[in-house]
Order: sequence, then structure tokens, then C-alpha cells
Amino acid sequence: MKEKPDVLQGTLALMVLKTLDVMGPQHGWGIARRIEQISGDLLAVNQGTLYPLLLKLEQEGSIASEWGASENNRRARFYRLTGAGRKQLQAETREWEQTAAIIARFFKVKAEDLP
Amino acid sequence: MKSLRRFFTRLSNFAAGRRADQRLQEEIAEHLAFQTEENLRAGMSPAEARRLAVLKLGAAAAIREDHHAEQSLPFIENLLFDLKYAVRMLLRSPGFAFIAIATMALGVGATTAIYSVIDATLLHPLPYPHASELVRIEANLPGVGAHDIGLSIPELKDLQNSGVFQYVSLSFFGTNNLTGSSQPTSIASKSVSPTYFAVLGVEAQLGRTFDPHDQTPGFNNELVISDGLWKSAFGGDPHILGKTLRVDNDPAQVVGVMPASFHDQGQNSDERGTDLWAAAGFADDPAPKPTRSIRLPFETIARLQPGLSPETAQAQVDALVDALKKQYPADYPSKGAWTLHITPLAESVVGNARQSLILLFGAVGLVLLISCVNVANLLLARASTRGREIAVRQALGAQRTRLIRQLLTEILLLFVLGGAAGFAILFCTRKFLLELIPESLPRMNDISINWGVLAFALAVSVVAGIVFGLAPAWLMSRLDLTGTLRQEGRAASASRERSRARQILVIGELALSLVLMVAAGLLLRSFWDLFKVQLGFNPTRVVAVETSLPNPNDPKTDVYRTATQEGVFLREVLRRNRTIPGVEETAASDRAAIPLGHSQNDRVMMPWAVEGQEMQSSQPPLIDTLIVSPEYFDVLGMTLLRGRLFADEDLESTPLIAVINQSAARTYWPNQDPVGKRVHMLGRLGRARPEWTTIVGVIADARTESLANAGIPQAYLDIYQRPAKFLAFYLRGQIDPGAISAQVRTQIQSVDPELPVFRAETLNNVLSSSLSVRRFSLEMVAAFAVAALLLAGLGVYGTISYLVNEQRREFAIRLALGAQRSDILKMVLRQGFGLAAAGAVLGVAGALIVSHLIAGLLFGISPNDLPTFVGVSVVLTLVALAASCIPALRAMRLDPITMLHTE
Repeated sequence: MKEKPDVLQGTLALMVLKTLDVMGPQHGWGIARRIEQISGDLLAVNQGTLYPLLLKLEQEGSIASEWGASENNRRARFYRLTGAGRKQLQAETREWEQTAAIIARFFKVKAEDLP
Repeated sequence: MKSLRRFFTRLSNFAAGRRADQRLQEEIAEHLAFQTEENLRAGMSPAEARRLAVLKLGAAAAIREDHHAEQSLPFIENLLFDLKYAVRMLLRSPGFAFIAIATMALGVGATTAIYSVIDATLLHPLPYPHASELVRIEANLPGVGAHDIGLSIPELKDLQNSGVFQYVSLSFFGTNNLTGSSQPTSIASKSVSPTYFAVLGVEAQLGRTFDPHDQTPGFNNELVISDGLWKSAFGGDPHILGKTLRVDNDPAQVVGVMPASFHDQGQNSDERGTDLWAAAGFADDPAPKPTRSIRLPFETIARLQPGLSPETAQAQVDALVDALKKQYPADYPSKGAWTLHITPLAESVVGNARQSLILLFGAVGLVLLISCVNVANLLLARASTRGREIAVRQALGAQRTRLIRQLLTEILLLFVLGGAAGFAILFCTRKFLLELIPESLPRMNDISINWGVLAFALAVSVVAGIVFGLAPAWLMSRLDLTGTLRQEGRAASASRERSRARQILVIGELALSLVLMVAAGLLLRSFWDLFKVQLGFNPTRVVAVETSLPNPNDPKTDVYRTATQEGVFLREVLRRNRTIPGVEETAASDRAAIPLGHSQNDRVMMPWAVEGQEMQSSQPPLIDTLIVSPEYFDVLGMTLLRGRLFADEDLESTPLIAVINQSAARTYWPNQDPVGKRVHMLGRLGRARPEWTTIVGVIADARTESLANAGIPQAYLDIYQRPAKFLAFYLRGQIDPGAISAQVRTQIQSVDPELPVFRAETLNNVLSSSLSVRRFSLEMVAAFAVAALLLAGLGVYGTISYLVNEQRREFAIRLALGAQRSDILKMVLRQGFGLAAAGAVLGVAGALIVSHLIAGLLFGISPNDLPTFVGVSVVLTLVALAASCIPALRAMRLDPITMLHTE
């Protein structure tokens, strides 16, 4: 069986922020599940590793959390994006797109294109 | 920014002991519930659903650890844990802890004590704002070998207008008689330019200081007084401002009181204790009319423009000097090569005490080093007893770095506790210690044990702990695991390494203490030689008492203006003093002639042009001049070599005469008889020009100016021909020094009730206090050397005991095989001797370097003095042997049977 690739270092945070941006407040499991779904089940998120990351983001002020009730009335901790988090997400998205564009250009390049 | 915020959140979590563990567990439980639910929906059995959910989550314990690390500060947590453990370990071996802490307390305490002295003297010599801008300006004529000739008023103005300085000021230190209160007193006073306080940058606490733009040519009759004088003479009178004081009979008004923390700058303790400042322009009465060629022999200090370095200032002043020389060629003959030299004021204030202080700091640094080495040695000794514990912890999976960190924490704790103890002892004994410091040590700051000093003590302990703790920690953690565990910590290969390390440490210790002992030995011998030096005069049973005659600004009001007028007073006081019970002989002189009294800048240097030599020069050489009464030579027991001394017939009206010492004779009339020769020097009072003075006698050299230097040319003038204002009366005989002051005061004041009488001291006391800085550094270095020797002895004892302990099996076997007990003793002593010999060789090499560095502090002894080196090496060897004796005897008394049985 082919191993699922690990999440690239540092990108998990970006995925968490984006997920919260798109979906609104979510609990931990919801975030983990969403990342898996969006990646088309290609990524293996060892779901537990999410929690230290959530704590770090919260301490940095990018997200905030509070206890609430889930859709099936279970007590759960909900995470939501803060203003600072939104700004961080925008900045990081821009950076990521830039990097991706540069890499993409390298892949497209052919020998005859070079002067 | 973000990481900072994260750090603070974590710090607050750590400090509050907040545990996110509970929350995490709840979240994980909730997470599992969600996942299980989903799995159930996918059609799994409940057990399977649960199992897969847990699998998917991952290792919960690892997550919790990650989470915890994220939440808090693991470094500090570990540190606290290590500290707790370290305290427990120290409590478990209190003897070891006590010795190590006491050793460090000694090292750090002594170093900190010396540092506090250096902090107040060398590091912060000037307690004024922006002290680095303060400079001293010295005018020299290197062409004719004249130094510090002073400035003329036009020169002062040139400097003031040069743009290099914010303010320039002249000052002249002396004493004045303050009369009008119950008892006339002589107070240390300074006549200063009105810019003086502007230069120093200090304001008055009450009233004001002088207006720096004051242009009064002579004294402006304004006074500023010190806080001390304000409190002692005026009881802190709040209405002191505007009050008129009589200073040398001249009325002047108090305009300001300086703060209690203000100490004047100056080169001796008298000057730093100045109590009264009078402002003058020095440009007219009583000073001469300001012309470029009349230089006032005053001290010049100045404040540089902000941001200007002394070097740049020097360059700019050099340019000014060149321009002035071109403009006034008549006033600056090229032969003199007039220059102005700028030195930072701090340097000139600290002066020659710098060398002594640096020596002390070096000495105490060595003591600190030895204490550190000793503690490192103790730590290594303990390593052998803790080998098992460390091996077990390593076997249980402790990482090496973690182990080193923990051992280092333990060692650092020891060092810091030692440092804190040293500081605490210092703090508690500071009153006693401060009394040991001689008065003459240059300081305007009060030496204090302050926060800076505490920070220094802690920094020293921590740095020493890291430097000297790393090696032991590294060696301790380096264990042959299986070997140690199997042999129950007995001699393994690592312990060989440790014992080699210990021997090297002890050799280092011995070498360092040898260096200190050689330094102390050389200083002791110098001091002893100075003490035993042929003085050339006899200070025993002689008391000097001082008085000073007023020197009013208007000479017409001076009742002691001429030598004849003063002569009446002198003869009367001398006659009366002779009637005091016990007094056999009396004499009088200028204050500067008190043998070894006061500091160098009390010396009076006078131009001295020898007939037939150097007459063409406008700048004759200067000679140390002493004004004395005819009986002076007799009272002090000085020997006349040729010619005659002063006689009663020599008066103001008779030809001027002088007596010189042998050095002066040798310097100015080599291979000639100076008696009958003439010199052009200081004229009678009221005559501006020098007059011919005939040499009538030559006396043997006496070390009245400096104990260390016998060859200073000196000229003695007759006080009945050329009067002096600051007087010393000498009384020889069976005198009670405690009562004499009052007796002489009665006599003097019955002649003139307005005169202060002060500072009655036996000449032996004067002599002994002239040695005070030398004695201070000798005592300190000697104390440090003794401490170092003791520590080194302890080190040798510890190391030899350890070696004996390691070799006890070998000894037992040797004994069992028939070795003599004396052989064992010899074996052990040989080891001690080996250490001592290696230490001595290294130490002698180091001592040779150090002794040459301190050569300037030595007197009459070569820095390579063989007896000192040999003596000290012998002492060191004896101490090392004595220290090895105890373990050697223990080894000798080993009972081979018991020994071999127990092993």
C-alpha cells in the first residue's frame, strides 16, 4: 500500500486557519475531518497532532476557543478565527501562492525558452 | 512579536501553574466520541469503531507531552526540578557543601571587597555629571625641563575662547583662617575662578554657586561652603546665605552651600576635603596685573565641549599653542618649547594609587581562582562517591547532556550560594573593613557595598561556576557504565582521568599561591627596607603642631607682612614653647618642611639660577625649597657636612643665605665646594625680582621628602629672612602627644588669639601614615597570600587523601608482602612532594612575570630576588608536605588484614 504523504511542515497551521475561515467556528474533530475531506483523503492527519498546534495558534492570538454545544448537542470546544488570524491567513496565502507560482514556472520551463 | 507574545503566555501559564491537561483530556474524549460515532454510522461494530477512532487519534501520551511542552516552558521547569534535586543532594552531604560554600564565600567575598574599592576609585573616580568631559591642563616647558608651570591670565582667556572647552578654571588649594566663631579654625579652602563649579557641573543645595561669567578682576568676596562646614561651624543655619565670614581677616559673603554628597576633586585627601571656595579673577589685586609672562602656579581644569575626545582637544590646543608662539615670540622663547598637555581629570586624580589597586585586584583574582580550583577539586573528589548514582541514572536512560545540565545546576548552586554568603559577610562587616582603607587612597566617592557590587558578586559566582563546573560535570558524567556498576564505583578508567585532572588542578593551585606569596614576599621586603632605611633625620620624640598666619588680600592690613614682623611672633612663640614642661628644644618651619608630611603637591618648588650656569635662560630649574628656623636642623638631628647653618645674626636686613643638601651640591656644583657660591632666587618680601643668595652650608641628604628617594636636591632658606605663612612648630622632648596640642594652642593664642592651632602629630606618626597606602596593599596581598596558601594546602590534603584511598589495596598488598611502613609513608610523601615541585616550577615562572609587573611598587629589592623566591618555594613545599602527612600517616597505619578482607 502506498503511504499517504505527511502534512508538509508548517502547512498544517495554514490549513487550520483556512478551514476555520471557510467553515466558521469548528471543534477539533471537525477541523481534522474537514482537512482530510478537502485533501480527498490523500493526507494522513494523525488527528492528535492537531491539538498542540491549536494551542500554539491560540497562544499566538490567531484563533480563540470556547466551550459550546455541537450539532448533536454534545459539549465541545469550538475554535474560531480572530481578526489577527484572518490577517495572518491572508498574508500566508499570498506568500504561498507566490511560492507556488514560482515553482510552477520552473516546471513549465523548457530548454528552448531560455535565452 | 508573535513569539514574544507566545513566550509571555507560556511564562504566565508556567508561573500560575495552569494545567491545560484537563482541558486536553476532555477535548480528546470528545474527539474520540465524534470519530466513534462516525465509524458507527459507517456500519462498524461498536468495539471496532472505538478501536479505529483511537488508532486514528495517535499516541495519546505523546500528544499530551507535546501539548504540555507547547503550554509551558520546559527549560525552566527542568531547571526548577534540577534545583530541587541539587538542594536535596547538598543537604545530604552538609560537610562537603559547607566547605565548598565557605571556600567560594572567601574567594568571591574578597574579590567583591576589592572590586567595591576599585569601583569607587578607578571606575568612578569623579562623582560629577559627564565626568569624561573633565580634563586637566598642564603647561610645560620641556626645553628647560620645567613641568606644570601654570597659566597666565591671557593664556587662560585664550583657552576659554578657543572653542575647545565649555569652561576653563584655575584653582589654588590652601588653608585659610576662619575667625569670628568661638575658636579660630584653619580650613581647607580653594581660591577658584568663578567658572569652577560650572566646570564640575555641580549645583549648590542652598543658594547658588559662582556666576561663571563674573568678570571681577580680584576676589569678588563671594564664598561657597561645604555641607560639612555648614553643619559643623554653623549648625546647619538655614539663614547662612548672605552671612559675612572673616577669612584670613577678609570679610566675604556666603552665597551657597554645596550638597553633602559633593567632594571636591583633588590629588590628596586634604584637597578632596575642601570646605570653602572663594572666587577670584586672579587678574588684579592681590594677584599681579595680568600679563602673558606672569604665570600663576595654579591647577587648571576644564570641561571639554560635549563629544570632543581628549585627543582631538589636544590636537586643537596644539594648533592654538603654535599660533600663540608665532603671535608672541617674546613671551614664548623657542628654547622653552612651551606646550599645553591635556589629560583626563580622572587619570590625574587616581594618580599613583592605580598601580597598587590593580595589584590588589590581581592578587584577589588569584585567590578567587584558587578557591574555584579548590571547589572544582572537591567536586571531582565527590564524583568518585557519586559514580554509582550517576551510572544508575545513565543506565535508566538519562541523556548525557541532561546529566551534565543537572550536575552543572548543582555546581552552580554551590557557587552562587558561596557568592551570596561572601557578599553577605562583606555586607555585615563593611564598617570594619572600610576602616582598613587608608585615608590617602584617592576617592571622592564613598566606597559602598551597593547593587552594582552585588551584581558583580553574582556575576563572578555564575561565571566561575560555569567555567569551573563544566569540566567536573563533564568528567563526572563520563562513566564506564558496566564497569562502574559492577565494581561498585571502585577505580575505573574514568576515575584515573579524574585523579589526573585533580592533580593538575592542585598543581595549578600551588603555582598560583606561589605567585601570590612571591608578590607578598617582595612587597614585605620592600616595606621592611623602607622602614629600616637610613632617614638622615631623627623623628623620635618630636611633635609637630601647625598654625597658619592670615594672608589678607590687602597686604597693608597684614600684621605679619615682613620677616621682621613675623620674626617677633616666631621668637616669642618659640620662647614660650620651650617653657612647656618636658620640652627640650623647639623649632619652626614652613608647613612644607614637615618631614614626610602631606603629599607631593605641598612641595614648594622655586626657580633657582646658579651663578655662571644657565643664566641666559629665562626659565631656571626649580628646586625643592624649605623655609626653616635655625634650630630646625638640630631638632631633627640633621648633620652639617661643611660650612655653617643659620644663625641668629641672619636677618631680613643681612645678606640672603641658603643651606643646601648633598644632592643639590652634587647636582649643581659637581666636584666643587658649593659654600660661598651664589644663586639667583626668591627675593625678600616686596621685591618682585629674585635676589642673590649665598650658599653657606651643606647638610647630609635626609629623606624628608620621600622615603623611597634620598637624592632629591633641596634648598633650605632662613625663615627670619623669607617668612612663611603656613607654619609648623616642632617640639622635642618628653611630650604627651595628647595634651601638647592644647598646651601649644595656649602659648600661641596668648601671642595672637586669632590664630588657629591644629594637627599635632608625632613625626613618627607622620612617617608611618606616609606609608599607609603601601602598608594597605602589603597587608592585603599578604592576607591573600596566606589564604591562598591555606587553600592550596587543603587542596593538596584532599588530593593526597583521595590518592591514598584509591591505592589502599595496593598498600595493603605491599604491606602484606613485607614492605616497611616507612616505605609507604615515603611513597605517599613523594607524591605530595611531586605535586609541590611541579607547582613550584610553574609558580616560579608565573611569579617572575608578576614580579616584573609590580617592579614599580618595589623598593631596594630586585624583582628577581633569589632569597624571596627560594624562601617562598621552600615554604610552599613544606606546606604541601605537611598537608600530605595526615593521609600518609593514615596509609602507613593501614591494617593489611582488615583491608584485604573488606575488599
